[in-house]
Order: sequence, then C-alpha cells, then structure tokens
Amino acid sequence: MFEILSNDEIAPLVHRMVVRAPRIAAARKPGQFVIVRHEEGDERIPLTIADAADQAGPLTLIIQAVGQGTKDIVATEGGGGILDVAGPLGMPTEIEKLGRVVCVGGGVGTAVLYPLAKALAGAGNEVVTIIGGRSAPHVILRDELAAFCKQVLCTTEDGSLGVKGFVTAVLKEILEDDARRPAAVYAVGPVPMMAAVSDMTREYAVRTIVSLNPIMVDGTGMCGGCRVTVGGEIKFACVDGPEFDGHAVDFRELASRQNMYKEHQCRLDDQANSPTAGGDK
Amino acid sequence: MTPKQRMAIERATMPEQSAEVRGANFSEVNLGLAEAAAVKEAQRCLQCKHAPCVEGCPVAVRIPEFLACLAAGDIAGAAGILQADNALPATTGRVCPQETQCEAKCIRGKKGDAVAVGWLERFVADWAAANNVQTLSAPAQLTGRKVAVVGSGPSGLTTAGELARMGHDVTVFEALHATGGVLRYGIPEFRLPKRIVDREVDNLRGLGVKIECNVIVGKTLTVPQIMEEFDACYIANGAGLPMFLNVPGENLKGVYSSNEYLTRVNLMAAYKPESATPIARGDVAVVFGGGNTAMDAVRTARRLGSRRAVLAYRRGRAEMPARTEEIHHAEQEGVEFMFLVAPLEVLGDEAGWVRSVRLQRMELGEPDSSGRRRPVPIADSEFEIAANIVVVAVGTRANPLLTATCPELKLDKWGNIVADENQMTSIPGVFAGGDIVRGGATVILAMGDGKRAAVTMGEYLASLDKKD
Ligand SMILES: Cc1cc2nc3c(=O)[nH]c(=O)nc-3n(C[C@H](O)[C@H](O)[C@H](O)COP(=O)(O)OP(=O)(O)OC[C@H]3O[C@@H](n4cnc5c(N)ncnc54)[C@H](O)[C@@H]3O)c2cc1C
Ligand SMILES: Cc1cc2nc3c(=O)[nH]c(=O)nc-3n(C[C@H](O)[C@H](O)[C@H](O)COP(=O)(O)OP(=O)(O)OC[C@H]3O[C@@H](n4cnc5c(N)ncnc54)[C@H](O)[C@@H]3O)c2cc1C
Ligand code: SF4
Ligand code: SF4
Ligand code: FES
Repeated sequence: MFEILSNDEIAPLVHRMVVRAPRIAAARKPGQFVIVRHEEGDERIPLTIADAADQAGPLTLIIQAVGQGTKDIVATEGGGGILDVAGPLGMPTEIEKLGRVVCVGGGVGTAVLYPLAKALAGAGNEVVTIIGGRSAPHVILRDELAAFCKQVLCTTEDGSLGVKGFVTAVLKEILEDDARRPAAVYAVGPVPMMAAVSDMTREYAVRTIVSLNPIMVDGTGMCGGCRVTVGGEIKFACVDGPEFDGHAVDFRELASRQNMYKEHQCRLDDQANSPTAGGDK
Repeated sequence: MTPKQRMAIERATMPEQSAEVRGANFSEVNLGLAEAAAVKEAQRCLQCKHAPCVEGCPVAVRIPEFLACLAAGDIAGAAGILQADNALPATTGRVCPQETQCEAKCIRGKKGDAVAVGWLERFVADWAAANNVQTLSAPAQLTGRKVAVVGSGPSGLTTAGELARMGHDVTVFEALHATGGVLRYGIPEFRLPKRIVDREVDNLRGLGVKIECNVIVGKTLTVPQIMEEFDACYIANGAGLPMFLNVPGENLKGVYSSNEYLTRVNLMAAYKPESATPIARGDVAVVFGGGNTAMDAVRTARRLGSRRAVLAYRRGRAEMPARTEEIHHAEQEGVEFMFLVAPLEVLGDEAGWVRSVRLQRMELGEPDSSGRRRPVPIADSEFEIAANIVVVAVGTRANPLLTATCPELKLDKWGNIVADENQMTSIPGVFAGGDIVRGGATVILAMGDGKRAAVTMGEYLASLDKKD
C-alpha cells in the first residue's frame, strides 16, 4: 500500500495527489511515469510523475478524473492509500540546452509538461509556455510555471482567460516571429492538439517533441498494447517513449487506437448485423 | 501385487467438464482424479529399478518412490517426496508436457499407456493442500546472507524456495502487481486456477520468502544497486517481449499480442463482469501460432463468445508444439484448425477495426535449424477470411529493460543472458535461469534452472563465509 499524503482539487475534476513511494522517488527523472492500481480488481492506470524535483521526497501526481478508474482514485482522501504504484517507467526526457524553447500544454497535458518545462529551464533554456483549457478554471499550473518560465501565455475556448481560441493560434504568432522562433517545441495534450501543433511546426522546420498516451497495460514492454507508429516503425510508447518526434508520429492511428474501448460496447450490439460476420470469402 | 496384476489395470481417465458446458466458462477443464482412481493408477507403476521416467523429468522427481507411497495409500508420504523434489507440483502436474517428458520414457508406454504421472502429481499436490500437509521448513537459524530474486515466475519461485530452505534471507522483486509470471498472466484459469498459484506462493511465504511487487528491475532498481544491498542475485525475468507478424494492418483495433490478450483476461480478470479491464470480443477470432500460447488464446476467445475461433498455423498438425491434451481439448471445444497458412495482411474497416485477414497457403519444404520442415509459400494460393479479433501468438523474446541497465552482463545475439551449466553469469554473484536464458521454454525447465542455481548460489554464499 502506498500512502496518499495529500489530495487537493486544483481545477474542476483535476487533483494534485502526493504519494509516498520511496523506491520510485529515488529513481525518477523528468518525463517518466508510474502505473497505479487503486484497489483489487481495478485497472492499471498510467500517470506522469508531475514533479521531478526532490528525489528523496514523495511523488506528485496530477490526475484528471475522466473515467471510473481515475474517479475512484481522486475520491481517496489524504491519509488513504493506493494499492500498487510501479515505476518510474518510460525514457526520461533528453534535456539539452537549445536556447529558446516553447512548451505547449493542453488540459491535463499541462501536468505532464510541467516537470519537462522545469527541467528545460533548469538546463539554461529560455522557456515560453503556452497553456490552454476550455475555460479559466481548466487552465492549470499557471503560477507554478510562471516561477521559472520567461513567459506563460494562456488560451481558453471561451475567452475567460488569456487569448480566446486554441494554443495553436498563439504558437503560430511565435513561429512567424524571427525574433521569437524557438529551437524546439514540446507539446503535450489531447491527440488532436499534438497533431495540430506538429503539423504547424513542420512548416517552420522546428523540431517538435510530443508525449503520447496510448492505452497501456503493464508499462514494461510486455504487452505491446501501447504500440504506436513513428516514422513507419512500430514503437512501444511505454519503453521507447512516451516522448517522440511529433513530425514522425502517426496521430490518426493513435487517435483510433485510443478509442478502442469507447467504441467497443456499440460494436457488440451491432454485431448481429455486421456484414463481416460470417464464413470464408 | 504381482507385475501381472499391475499390467492388467487400465490407465485412469481424467474426469472433465463436458465440452458444451466448459466452452462458456473459465473453470478448470480437468476435475482431478478421485482418491480410489489415483491409488489404482499408481498401482500401474512397475517400480522399474532404472526408472527411465525420472530421466525424462528435468527436475528428476523421484517418480517410482512417490508412486509407491501413493499405491500403498500413504498420500502424505507421497507428498513429502514430491514437495522435496519439486517446488510447484500442483502446477507442473497440470502444465508439464508429460507426453514428451516423464510419461514419454515410461516403460508402460512402450506397449499401451504410460502411467499418468502428471495427473498423479496433481492429485497428491492437491490432496496435500486440502489436508494442510506441508513437509518443508526453513531452518530456525538463518545464515545471515541476503539474496535477491528478480521475477516471480516458476524459475524465480523455485530458487527462492530452495534458498529459503537453506536458511538464507530471500527477497523476490516482481515487476507486476501480482506473483507467478506466466502462471498468473499467461496460462488461463481453465488450465491452471489462480488459487493454485496463490497457494504455491503462500507456501514460499511460509518459508520466510519476502515478496515485493511493483519493483521493475532496470527501472525501480538496477542489478548493480541490488548487488550493493544483497550478497547474491538470481535473475529470472522471463522472455516477456511479444513478437509481431510484421504485416500491414497489425495496429488495427481488435489485433492483440497474445501477451496483451491473455494478460487482460488472466491477470486483469477481464472475463469477470466485475473487472474494470475491458477486452474486445468478436464473432470470429483468428489466432496465429501453434504453441501452448496460441492454444490458450484461441480457447479463451471461444469462451469470450466467438462463434468461430480459428487457430492458423504455418506448419502442420504434427509440428504443433502445444501439449497434446490441450489440442484435444481445443478440438472438443469447437476450435477450428487451419494448417499450413501464413498471414499476409490484416484488413480493416473505415473505423479502424479489423475486418478480415489475408492468408497464403504453405507447404513443407526442407528441414530448418530446428529440425522441423520449413514452411514455404505456395504461389497464387492467397485467400481471405473474416475476422473481428486477431491474436498474434508467434513467440516472445528477451525484454531488454533489465539488461540495458547492467552492461557488464553478457548477452547472446538474441539478447538472452548467457549463463553456464551452473546458471552463473558473467558477473560474480549474479545468476540467471528460465526463459531469460533459454528463450521461451517450459515451466519445468525454468524450475530446473532455478533448482540448479540454488545449489550453485548456496556454494557461492558459503565461499563468501570463508572469505569473511
Ligand atoms: C504515459 C501516460 C501518462 C499519462 N499521464 C497522465 C497524467 O499525468 N494525468 C492524467 O490525468 N492522465 C494521464 N494519462 C492518461 C490516463 O492514464 C487516463 O486518463 C486513464 O487511464 C483513464 O482511465 P479511466 O479508467 O479513468 O478512464 P476510462 O475512460 O474509463 O478508461 C477506459 C480504458 O481506456 C484507457 N484509457 C482511457 N483514456 C486513456 C488515455 N488518455 N491514455 C491512456 N489510456 C487511456 C484506460 O486505461 C482504460 O483501459 C497518461 C497516460 C499515459 C499513457
Ligand atoms: C500462454 C502461455 C502458455 C504456456 N503454457 C505452458 C505449458 O502448458 N506448459 C509449460 O511447461 N510451459 C508453458 N509455457 C511456457 C512457460 O510458462 C515458461 O517457459 C515459464 O513460465 C518460464 O518461467 P520463468 O520463471 O523463466 O519466467 P516467467 O514465467 O515469464 O516469469 C518472469 C517474471 O519476471 C517478471 N519480470 C519481468 N521483468 C522484470 C523486471 N525487470 N523486474 C522484475 N520482475 C520482472 C515478470 O513479470 C514475471 O512475473 C507457456 C507460456 C505462455 C506464455
Ligand atoms: S515435474 Fe513434470 S516432467 Fe517431472 S515428473 Fe512432474 S509432470 Fe513429469
Ligand atoms: S517408467 Fe513408468 S512404470 Fe517404470 S517406474 Fe517409471 S512410472 Fe513406473
Ligand atoms: S504498456 Fe504493455 S508494452 Fe507498453
């Protein structure tokens, strides 16, 4: 059992949880994640380690309650526990000094971005961060990012905070500007957002790193469920990633595979009428 | 009893759930012999002096001895022999390929049926569990030596038990949240109920073995870190990396590796309505492969409701490496076998779900390095069959997660750890065995490595005492 030291709601349905996991804490690096299982019979859920600072301290997780698994976890009060926490998994981010970099975070993706942006700043890069959300309360970690970023720009779909619209609009302005164009862009968020950012930066030939979140089971390279196509090759996101060259990722396939179990129920209902059900052709 | 009387007894039949009933549930197919039937079966053994059956067993279980006890009705005595020789008898009794091992060598099999060693092993082990007969114990006085075991599959569990019986302080590190390795996540409930794995692991805990799950060696800890804290280490992390077909369409929805498919169903219990883990089901399931894994996957698909469950294998029936009993059971359950076919492509629908597979017919050519005749494609023989679920069960390889963080460890060209006949690796104090050394093999070979490693490790630890 891994003890939950605290649990605070930092945005609607988004919680910051601090968990004691000393072995993992000692080994973690920015860009890595853990897999948690809340109780017996529950799903194994991948979550990014949202703070890479203090190796001896506990782990910070930022969790958006989207389905039953994440809802159950965020409903556990501080003092309670998580049955299993395994990690740190995935390749750590390659942190280089590149000069100017832009970090783009969408929704809870900002939580995944945070330790990365912090490490980039720590390595001496000038970091400009663009974070977006549906409306003001959904934009997370703004003050925390401001502590080490040169600039934090916000976008909201309803215009309640920062620029009205999507992160890509703000990114485009920066890419257009010779004085502000970055050496690299790091983008973490929903698949359509990472795809849009990668399409845009390709035009400007700006290197782009994305952090992928396919469905996972073990997180150790054992199941192959997390496979993604990058540059025409199959990669396992849990061991080869989760960060990849955004210009080489097959986002359509990723988006399709992510929906596997959302669509599945209706497929069962449709099955009797399925034209493919049946014998040899 | 005279040899003639023994010869007159016919081989027992294993009571099993009927094919119709079991096709819709995940309960064990074989129900186990009743006591009277087991004793009678043991009486078929001729107590051969040179005991060829023992040579057929990779851990040299004293077969005639345990059968003699059983034949005389001394089941506890039989259990004592079995437990001393084999750390997981309830498991091996169920999953060993007996027809190529102990039973293959049995004299009685020369003319007629071999003694049912596997079924009797299972009977005695289950009886011992039901009657709380545990004959093994750890010495009261510990040696003070600390040993780490990486992986809680059959190989790691065996070594852990043997070393604990020598009085060493043993900690097992397991990457997953549950113990047992393939016994837990691979082999389905209907062949090996998970309560048996739990029971075997509990026995080890009873010997003082500590088990820490959620520790991924190579990530959470490295082998060099382990060697700072422990006097010796046994690596038995299996061959857990799935191989794919490398044909177009393999990333369509509904296409699984056997590891993922079976892990979802077994480890994550996706077959139970109360499990949080989803699993795709479909009208037609096609499984590629011909080993135990393919057989387990195709029978699982059938139980999950596939009307057609097809096993597509690129060689012929005689070349299938699966256990004979499983092949029979699969046939009874309505699994269709398609021999001498190879996949060319997986085709999908607009939504990205698998819709069909395109296959090519093969014929057997010259023998390859494994001694089996190599399948070669027949020109213009392509055809397509509908499929909603595809499972790829064509083998596994070594996972580089652990070895990548331990560069001094010598590997072969496949990435397996090189170990000598005493399971010693290139690093002093570090030993290895099971699938990570052999590539995908069998439960009992992995256990045999574990037993051998424990002996060498015991000697190694004693040599440390002399140096101190
Ligand atoms: C490497 C990685 C890092 C992640 N980091 C974070 C993080 O820091 N914070 C956070 O809130 N979320 C993170 N996620 C996403 C998170 O794992 C999913 O939101 C979560 O698994 C959903 O589970 P559920 O049972 O609540 O949802 P459900 O929708 O009920 O889940 C159904 C199934 O789909 C899978 N699934 C659904 N959505 C996702 C998704 N986006 N990614 C992967 N699997 C999914 C689940 O495992 C489950 O099998 C990360 C995902 C990955 C792969
Ligand atoms: C579906 C299936 C059916 C089979 N059926 C049969 C059968 O009927 N009869 C038979 O004899 N054989 C069968 N086999 C083969 C047999 O199961 C294996 O040969 C045997 O389990 C190998 O044992 P092992 O201990 O070496 O490895 P495994 O059983 O693979 O155990 C390795 C363990 O190490 C853990 N691990 C991996 N990496 C790490 C790490 N980095 N850190 C910590 N822990 C780690 C894994 O999670 C796992 O628990 C089958 C295999 C499969 C897949
Ligand atoms: S361990 Fe396996 S091979 Fe050995 S006697 Fe038992 S069933 Fe036969
Ligand atoms: S070979 Fe067969 S008959 Fe002879 S001792 Fe072994 S089990 Fe008994
Ligand atoms: S999650 Fe299983 S291989 Fe990546």
